[in-house]
Formats: sequence, structure tokens, C-alpha cells
Amino acid sequence: MAYSPAILDHYSNPRNVGSFSATDSAVGTGLVGAPECGDVMRLQIRVNPTTGLIEDAKFKTFGCGSAIASSSLATEWLKGKTVDEAMAIRNTQLVEELALPPVKVHCSVLAEDAIKAAVKNYQEKQTTHEPVLETVGAAG
Amino acid sequence: MAVKLPIYLDNNATTRTDPRVVEEMLPYFTEKYGNSASRNHPFGWEAEASVEDARAQIADLIGASPKEIIFTSGATEANNLALKGVAAMYKKKGNHIITVSTEHKCVLDTSKRLERDGCQVTYLSVDTNGRVSAEQVRAAMTDKTILVSVMFANNEIGTIQPIAEIGKVCKEKGVLFHTDGVQAAGKVPIDVQAMGIDLMSLTAHKMYGPKGIGALYVRKKDPRVRLEPQIDGGGHERGMRSGTLPVPFIVGFGAAAELCRREMPEESARTFALRERLRKGIMDQLPESYLNGHPTERLPGNVNISFAYVEGEGLMMGIKDVAVSSGSACTSASLEPSYVLRALGVGDELAHSSIRFGVGRFTTAEEVDYVIDLVVREVNRLREMSPLFEMAQAGVDLKSIQWAAH
Repeated sequence: MAYSPAILDHYSNPRNVGSFSATDSAVGTGLVGAPECGDVMRLQIRVNPTTGLIEDAKFKTFGCGSAIASSSLATEWLKGKTVDEAMAIRNTQLVEELALPPVKVHCSVLAEDAIKAAVKNYQEKQTTHEPVLETVGAAG
Repeated sequence: MAVKLPIYLDNNATTRTDPRVVEEMLPYFTEKYGNSASRNHPFGWEAEASVEDARAQIADLIGASPKEIIFTSGATEANNLALKGVAAMYKKKGNHIITVSTEHKCVLDTSKRLERDGCQVTYLSVDTNGRVSAEQVRAAMTDKTILVSVMFANNEIGTIQPIAEIGKVCKEKGVLFHTDGVQAAGKVPIDVQAMGIDLMSLTAHKMYGPKGIGALYVRKKDPRVRLEPQIDGGGHERGMRSGTLPVPFIVGFGAAAELCRREMPEESARTFALRERLRKGIMDQLPESYLNGHPTERLPGNVNISFAYVEGEGLMMGIKDVAVSSGSACTSASLEPSYVLRALGVGDELAHSSIRFGVGRFTTAEEVDYVIDLVVREVNRLREMSPLFEMAQAGVDLKSIQWAAH
């Protein structure tokens, strides 16, 4: 199976690899997948409290090249979006941009799940007004 | 010295046809193109003589006599013929077959079909190194057992089974013993007499011969093994496998077998040394890398390593100039990783993290050193990108987490 130039680019030069403190109230963390399934993505957003815009995003992924590329691209797209706009990102857009083959569509689904989990985690923190201590995992 | 890319380290999948083998084959396409079954003219006689020479070369490699070699299209067909042929021929005697959970798919799927057709099949489990014992085989035998099929060496993890001991148990019990010898033939010494083997599947392309030709060794005396043919026709190959013989391929198979026999002592020492250089070079530099398969009872050229926190197919993309294979399921439609690694009790997450390296006749020390550096660099890079590595470094027990299964 030959990989698209877009996948290879994100795999070789992944954007926004890293972590934020999961206890920061401005940070939302999504951890999806499972090691025994061969894919785990952790995607984090940091939201500016005054503008409501996602000002930064980071990821770490255990998975194949397409999973790494899907999460890398997702962090790029998240920056500058509102959380509502983030929720509107669809896996099919990732499939198209990265030219993922059919057997790799599940990687884009996982990235969409990670975005939704991160936003949900961020929103839960805002309603409780308390810094929520992450039980790392369980999200998704 | 610059290494030429890509590097081929997938010699358990197939091997390069040795140029010396190709040289032997070439005249049989355009000059000596007779049908070996043509009994009335020189073209046929010449072809027949060459086929018989090749039969002897292959028999010599495994301590058999030439008449015991039945040519097939490859080892998949040979395994099918052995299992189905015995099951059909000996059905009055019994219907029980014993095999192993880590066999190649062509043995397992054939066994499944035989089960649907009324056979009873016992699938022996293996230990954490991938081995079965002769005692397990003995314990599984019933008075209905007609065949034991245990592969000589495993294609994924290289583990070599205690074939001579299993052969002895089968002799004692009067049960036929088949072994899939595809990975082992030409790499380690095989003697069908000393090892008590009654049937053995072989293929040329794993021993530097051409693809498309294999053989089944079928014992002719003590006992004389009989098989129900699976392909009917002109009665070639003692009636066990009809079809015009592909003479150029058979000549190539014979030449490949002879080269393996002559060069085995030197070649197995060389591939073993390169494999150990590769294994140590990688594992000494990478903590939490685990060898899959038996540490010593394994094929000289095979090494299979799991790299914790890194997914196998992801790693393969990072080392894409090196041809290897992975036990990760990411390439297949299912989410199941390698059934062989699972049978050893390797956890699914480590099965997803496995890479098989197959060193062969044409592998060089420069290539091995290049691969060591590349693998170490890429595993470290991917670990920096892995949430599992970060969590493990932070002291989180990954098993304590309730993962959302995808």
C-alpha cells in the first residue's frame, strides 16, 4: 500500500506533538482508543477564556502512520476555532485531506472521537467551575 | 560505504532467487522445453532426466530417496495434500488429527475444513517460547488418531519444534507424522529418517529458488504412506498429484536445494552471526524491547521483537526503506493482531508492537548496522510521540486504565 504525500508529511514532521497539564481548567483532554486495538490518541485543546477560541492544541498518538497523521492534522485544524466549530469537524474531511485508504478510515474516526472527547472534557470543567482532576483514560 | 536502499530483511516471507539458480533454469525455457511425460522423443527424455536429477537434489537435502519427492505448486498445496490426502485415505482407521495453534494458515484452514467434513482436530497450545512438547502430542493421541502435523519452524517467530522427539512418539504409536518444513529446509539440518518424519512440505522460494514450485516428501517404506490425490489427471507423481511438471521451476528447486545443502554449515553460521548482531544492536539500545519466540531453538536468520509503546505498522512507515513484517493488525481489515504471538501469551498491545526481521543469504553487515541505527532512532522518535510511553514514564499502570475500546 503506497501512502499519500500528505500522510508521509504529517508522519515525518508531525505538528503539535506534546502535552498540556490536564488539570489546567482551560485545557480539555480527550484520550481515545485502546492499546490492545493498536491505536491510542490523546488530543488536548487550550481555550482562551475571554475569546472562547482554541488557541493551542497538542497530541500524542500510539498507532500507525495514518493515525499519527490524522491526529497531527486535527491539531492544526483546531487552532483558532471555537469549540462549536471544533465539534463540526468530520472524519470524512480528514480522510479527504490525507487521502486515507478505506482500510485506514477508522484512524480518522478515532481523531474525530478525540476532538469530541477533548471538547466535552473542557466543557465539563467549565460547568463545574472546579478544576477537575483527570482520571487519565476513560475518555472517549 | 553507502548502503543501497531499500534493504530486504523479509526472508521469512520469500527469498531472492539465487542468480546461480536462475542460470540453471534458463535453458529449460527456450532450449530444453520438452514435457517430462513425453516418453517417445529426446525432448521428453531430456526433461525427464533433469526432473529426476532435481528430485535427487531435493531428496539429498532432507535424507530422503528421490522417489519420495512429489512435486506440487508450493507448500500450501503440499500441506493441503498431506492433510486431506491422509484424512481421506485412512478414514477407515480413524478421523483424529493433532496439530498446533501456531501453524501456518494453510494447515489451520485445511484442518477447519476437515472438521467440517467429519474429522476431529486437536489444536495443541504452545509455551511462551512457541514450543509444543512430545509429551503433549502423546497425551492428545487417541485410538482414532491418524496424523500428527507439527511445523518444523515457525514463520513468524522462528521457533523450532522438537521434531525428532515428536517423530519418536508417532513411531511408537504407529501414527503418521507430517511436518511443514518450509522455513527450516535449507536453513537447518533435516533428516527424515533420524527424525521419524513421514510427510514433509517444502517450497523452493524460501530457499533461494523460484516461486511456484514446492514438494511433499511422502515416505515410501516403514511405513509406506498412501495419499488420496486431490488433483486428478494424467497420473503424474506416482498418481498423487497430476499435472504437467514445470520443468524449469523444478530444475531451479533442485539447484537451490543443492546450494543450500553444500553451503549450509557456512551460511547458517553467517546468518546467525548477522541475526545476533541485529538483535543485540537493537535490544541493547532500546529498553522495553522484547524478543518473541525461543531464545536459542530458533531459525538462524529470524528475529522478532516487540517494542513497547510503539505500534508496529507505525514503525514500519518510519523504516520504510527496510522491508520487514509486523504482527500488527493495522494492515488487515480485522483488529486482531498476530494469532501466533497471541498463542504465546504475548499481550495484544505487544503483539501490535512487533516487527519480524528475516536475515538471509544476501544480507550484509553494513545493511544490518544501517537497520540497527534506523530502528533505534525511529522507536525513540515514536516513543516521544506516544501517550502510552509518557504515561508509563509518569508511573501510570497502563493496565489500570479503563480503555474505551474502539
